[in-house]
Amino acid sequence: MKDIALVLPEIVLLTLACALLVGDLFVSREAKGRTYALGIASLFLTVICVLSLAGPLDAPAQMAFAQLVVLDGVSTVLKAVMLVASALALIYSWDYLVKHRLDNGEFVALALFSTLGMMVIASAANLLTAYLGLELLSLSMYALVALKRDDRLATEAAMKYFVLGALASGLLLFGVSIIYGATGSLDLATISKSMATVNRIALAFGLIFIAAGVAFKLGVVPFHMWVPDVYQGAPTAVTLFLSAAPKIAAFALAYRLFGEGFLAGVDEWRVVVAVIALLSVVFGNLIAIAQTDIKRMLAYSAVANMGFLLLGISTGTVDGFAAAFFYAVAYAISGLVAFGLLVVLSARGQEVERIEDLSGLNERSPWLALILLISMFSLAGIPPTLGFWAKLTILESLVDAGLTWMAVVAVVASLIGAFYYLRVVKVAYFNPATSQDVLPAANDSAGAVLSINAIAVIVLGMMPTALVGVCAKAVLTALR
Amino acid sequence: MLLSLAIWVPIIGALAVLVTGRDRDPTLTRWIALIASIAGFLVTIPLVTEFDTSSAALQFVEKFAWIPRYGIHYHLGVDGISVWFVLLNSLMTIFVVVAGWYVIEDKQAQYYGAFLIMSGLINGAFAAADAALFYVFFEAMLIPMYLIIGIWGGPNRVYAAVKFFLYTLLGSLLMLVALIYLYNVSGGSFEISQYHKVPLAMGVQILLFIAFFLAFAVKVPMWPVHTWLPDAHVEAPTGGSVILAAITLKLGAYGFLRFMLPIVPDASRHLAPLVIVLSLIAIVYIGFVALVQTDMKKLVAYSSISHMGFVTLGFFLFTANGDASALGIEGGLLQMISHGFVSGAMFLCIGVLYDRLHSRNIADYGGVVNTMPRFAALMMLFAMANAGLPGTSGFIGEFTVTLAAVKQGMFWTAAAAGLTLVLGAAYTLWMYKRVIFGDVANDNVRALTDVTAREFWMLAALAILVLAMGLYPAPFTEIMQKSVHELVVHVAKSKL
Repeated sequence: MKDIALVLPEIVLLTLACALLVGDLFVSREAKGRTYALGIASLFLTVICVLSLAGPLDAPAQMAFAQLVVLDGVSTVLKAVMLVASALALIYSWDYLVKHRLDNGEFVALALFSTLGMMVIASAANLLTAYLGLELLSLSMYALVALKRDDRLATEAAMKYFVLGALASGLLLFGVSIIYGATGSLDLATISKSMATVNRIALAFGLIFIAAGVAFKLGVVPFHMWVPDVYQGAPTAVTLFLSAAPKIAAFALAYRLFGEGFLAGVDEWRVVVAVIALLSVVFGNLIAIAQTDIKRMLAYSAVANMGFLLLGISTGTVDGFAAAFFYAVAYAISGLVAFGLLVVLSARGQEVERIEDLSGLNERSPWLALILLISMFSLAGIPPTLGFWAKLTILESLVDAGLTWMAVVAVVASLIGAFYYLRVVKVAYFNPATSQDVLPAANDSAGAVLSINAIAVIVLGMMPTALVGVCAKAVLTALR
Repeated sequence: MLLSLAIWVPIIGALAVLVTGRDRDPTLTRWIALIASIAGFLVTIPLVTEFDTSSAALQFVEKFAWIPRYGIHYHLGVDGISVWFVLLNSLMTIFVVVAGWYVIEDKQAQYYGAFLIMSGLINGAFAAADAALFYVFFEAMLIPMYLIIGIWGGPNRVYAAVKFFLYTLLGSLLMLVALIYLYNVSGGSFEISQYHKVPLAMGVQILLFIAFFLAFAVKVPMWPVHTWLPDAHVEAPTGGSVILAAITLKLGAYGFLRFMLPIVPDASRHLAPLVIVLSLIAIVYIGFVALVQTDMKKLVAYSSISHMGFVTLGFFLFTANGDASALGIEGGLLQMISHGFVSGAMFLCIGVLYDRLHSRNIADYGGVVNTMPRFAALMMLFAMANAGLPGTSGFIGEFTVTLAAVKQGMFWTAAAAGLTLVLGAAYTLWMYKRVIFGDVANDNVRALTDVTAREFWMLAALAILVLAMGLYPAPFTEIMQKSVHELVVHVAKSKL
């Protein structure tokens, strides 16, 4: 009974998602908005469950189902952030979905199932649990990307995503099997204990495959090929969803495997992860400059930002994991604003495909332009936004680990990155408007929540104390 | 409390301006902006009147834990080195608001909002005693300046804005790594005063020196990283040029005193010849460059680089046995304050002409004195001050630095710097002659109207300040003396 109580949030979400999927069949097209609202409500209900189950952040971890599932501070924070991020993405998307005739029940049901997958990853205490959650997340995402099934770009993106994603899952599973062979266990705690005695070659061999699988899910160089195509091809609402919570899930996967499982064997994976991270920050930022499509540009920005996150993990220190955790959360909050803005603009009649489509946004809607400015500077890591502190914590962990040269490479790459973020701001503020229509004021709920989200980026940038503290405390308790 | 007010009053004023701003009827916007800028200035006055000149320590200190996990504090305080710049900045903000009164016709609320936010951030950077807090202010001010140049600037404004942003970001990001490094070696503290104490090996000091030097030299700007400045100045609106020249350049020089000299004194001593050579190149070479300019704003921009060369020169005058020069540092500081008034006034004067003819070309003017006599008289004073005429504020700084160089036994340096004072006179007065004197050059000049009351009082106030500082600089030196002395004593001690 105690075991079931620990996974109550997952059970609640699963039940609600199934109920929505079935119930949606009996709802007329005009009333789809209600099921959609129920979907958002069920995410918030699950947040309440998560938070009510949670003890203090530094409480010892609780295990369930024969060490398959863990409930600790990290999982609580991860789940809460994932659920809120998913809920925000859904809130921003409704008007867009109606406008593009994607307002079927599938969208919300698939979003809920993928969120469930993320929660399973966050609580994984066993390699199989992690794999299970990852597949649930991925399969739902493949279907979401293909949602607009008559669109050539969307189907191409979905196909690419599916084929490469399946390959990555295969790689990950192969790595897991080698680790099982080497350590005799799939349990992360047991694996962690056997790190000192395990055969180094077998360990290194398995870890390469695991690192490749995780890198694919994070979307970092050289496993990033799917990212720009999927970001561009998928309907913007799906891109919005894809860019926030799944990134946190990818961090959760990296944290559970490399933090909880293989931290003691850091020497075997540090170099691989560091190379992937450095390649990502450099190439992600460089290639983003050449993009004219804003979703592709933000895709490469995501590659670079995930590289920055991996830099924290590559230190192999507890501080580094804490910094990467904070980075994932900060990136999700900032990214939600950027993509949320594109979705809201589209719903208000301003389709944004190319960066130039944002021309003169400041003249047409100063407030939305300000929101864009905040998100861009936060992604670029300029104070006083949240993104600055995220970059600072990663750099601090690098310097602390004696890797100052990597910090220097990272800041030079961010300088290159600043150029394309500045270009977006330039287009919105300095270019003359191509259309003189004033955009409707922010009077819908999506606009209002987006505004709060953008203000949060600034307020958290000025007062990051609590968020930094929560992330650090959770990771420090779990890994020490 | 005073320093927090100096930072947040303008920023809150900016929010009020942005919220109430209506582009169709900007009257309310202007008045709110003016009131906010005046209030922002008034709260800084007690900083000087209640300043304890017998102490070198930070005064008006506020300290609260901000991000305990990284030992970051909201820690403010000013000493004799920084206090004048808080005042100068708050004062110049009033002039910027007044200068834009009828001139800015587009998006007034955003214009004033950006300047007021800028003002608060600059005050924050001068008052921060915590390195992370300093960095936040130092870099955050790029955002409003980027928008100011890019939205209200001239034809080539986008290029200038992006260049300005990336140049300054390049330097400051490397400084961020340096600050984090110091955070680690000083045992987990972002306090600047802790950085002053931590011992560092020579190799490390040199690397840190390079990081700091890049950040601050770009801001000053020193030759050869000065190329963003003429672009930014020429394209920026008048207010933007004023703030850039009068205030943000000073932040770079301030960084030398607050970070470089005390944190890496041995590397500073070791590399002082490099800085001196670069400063002399700025003074001499950029002086010649200024001479051939045909654009008035560009000319004053280059003259700013040349004048800032005196500042950096004064800071790095070490004797053969390694003592820094208190006189040189004081001279540099005086030059910074004076340059704030004079360059600000010069840009305002050019703005007055530009608003009438929409040209900054020297060739488009000539004989302006015939139609604008009052303006010509005021501009004459500022031109003289820019040339370093005794009795104006421009003289004391350059004189003190040159004197310090002689005293430190660097006669040829002093000679090179001193002789080029004539260059300053040449380019400034020659421009003045071509624009103001002579016969009326064309019909446009004939149609000019003299300064309005708004413009007159704005320039007159600055004229009084320039004269007052030139005739009686004692209050300025008195306040900075103790802190400069303390700094020189600190720099003399090796940290190896």
